Amino acid sequence: MNMAPLVDGSLVVLILAVAIWTIAVRDSFAAVVGYAIYGLMLALAWVRLAAIDAALTEAAIGGGLTGVLLIRAAVRLRPTESVVAGDSPAWFVKALAAVLAGAVSLALAVVVLTLPEPAPTLAPQVAEHIASTGLGNAVTAVLLAFRATDTLLEAVVLVFALIAVWSLAPDRFWGGRPGQHYHLEANGMLAYLARLLPPLGIVVAIYVFWVGADLPGGKFQAGTLLAAMWLLAIMAGLTDVPEVRLVWVRIALVTGSAVFLIIGFAGVPFAGAFLAYPEGYAKPLILIIEAASMLSIAVTLALLVLGPPERRGQS
Amino acid sequence: MSQLLDLWSIVAVSAGVFFFLAGTVGLLRFPDTLTRLHALTKADNLGLGLVVLGLLPRVSSPLAGLKLVCVWLLVLLAGAIASQLIARTAHRSGPKA
Repeated sequence: MNMAPLVDGSLVVLILAVAIWTIAVRDSFAAVVGYAIYGLMLALAWVRLAAIDAALTEAAIGGGLTGVLLIRAAVRLRPTESVVAGDSPAWFVKALAAVLAGAVSLALAVVVLTLPEPAPTLAPQVAEHIASTGLGNAVTAVLLAFRATDTLLEAVVLVFALIAVWSLAPDRFWGGRPGQHYHLEANGMLAYLARLLPPLGIVVAIYVFWVGADLPGGKFQAGTLLAAMWLLAIMAGLTDVPEVRLVWVRIALVTGSAVFLIIGFAGVPFAGAFLAYPEGYAKPLILIIEAASMLSIAVTLALLVLGPPERRGQS
Repeated sequence: MSQLLDLWSIVAVSAGVFFFLAGTVGLLRFPDTLTRLHALTKADNLGLGLVVLGLLPRVSSPLAGLKLVCVWLLVLLAGAIASQLIARTAHRSGPKA
């Protein structure tokens, strides 16, 4: 008996139910929890579609990191929530929002359903040329060789997002430490976890980074894991957030994009095009770019979660 | 032999699913935070453990089996600590549902 349609069907129903619940629920904290569960469900859907790379990213970013980010936002909004809950938007604003969202969903559904059969694809070209990159994972090959420009711009966008968050800092705290101060409870459970888990997490992150060349994985997932380990140590109070004025923080943030750009421009004289790799050097160059990006992504994501500077530095 | 292993997988995974079901029912039906946590940890610890044990004979390599066991151990660690933290917060904020 083939159970696959049953599993997929229940997954679709669950995803839709969680999505509707997330929109309908009144309490923003509950909505955030719903959204994180929605991210994890979507990761399962990606697994069912055999897109393991997307599933890993969705679970790490959609379920994990965005969840933490939104929970912090929800907790911060809590004192004002009862005031805002009273004045709900007018019915026509709600209706307009519903019509807009519905129209977008409908348009997307129409586009997906009217795709020509077989759908247009560049997969055969990727399969044909993947040997020239020395990589085994087609997703990594597309992200860092065939469409490297997109990945470069993504890395830059992430830094821009952090600058946008930092620009919310009040003038008197500029250059200081982001977020609140977490007090260390030396014998607490959280401190115990923050001592026990990071060594494991760092090993897993490097493993995910390394297998990314040939199997699902890569810098983004690995960087998210590293960010999570750092955040755990910060939230347990074992270490404090660095001041954002520090030079090493700034360098860590831009290293990924800078290395990417340098290797990209080096491609012009050595390989004849921006972001082209010389014959035979593709894999080592891609590894260097990925390693630098992983560190920058880890630092950027962690600082995004921690928010704008809110405390004056001690110095 | 292979039939025996299949039987083992079916029994262990079914038992694991039973604990997940029981844990979910408990989460929905138990009256307060502490008892709900008690139900939830059964799903994490026993349920996932049994599912992993049931899947072990079906892995392609010993390394994959080791990864499965590591996943279970990590969930044990995370589950135990998360429920401790939730329980402590609930305990401090007083007895309410």
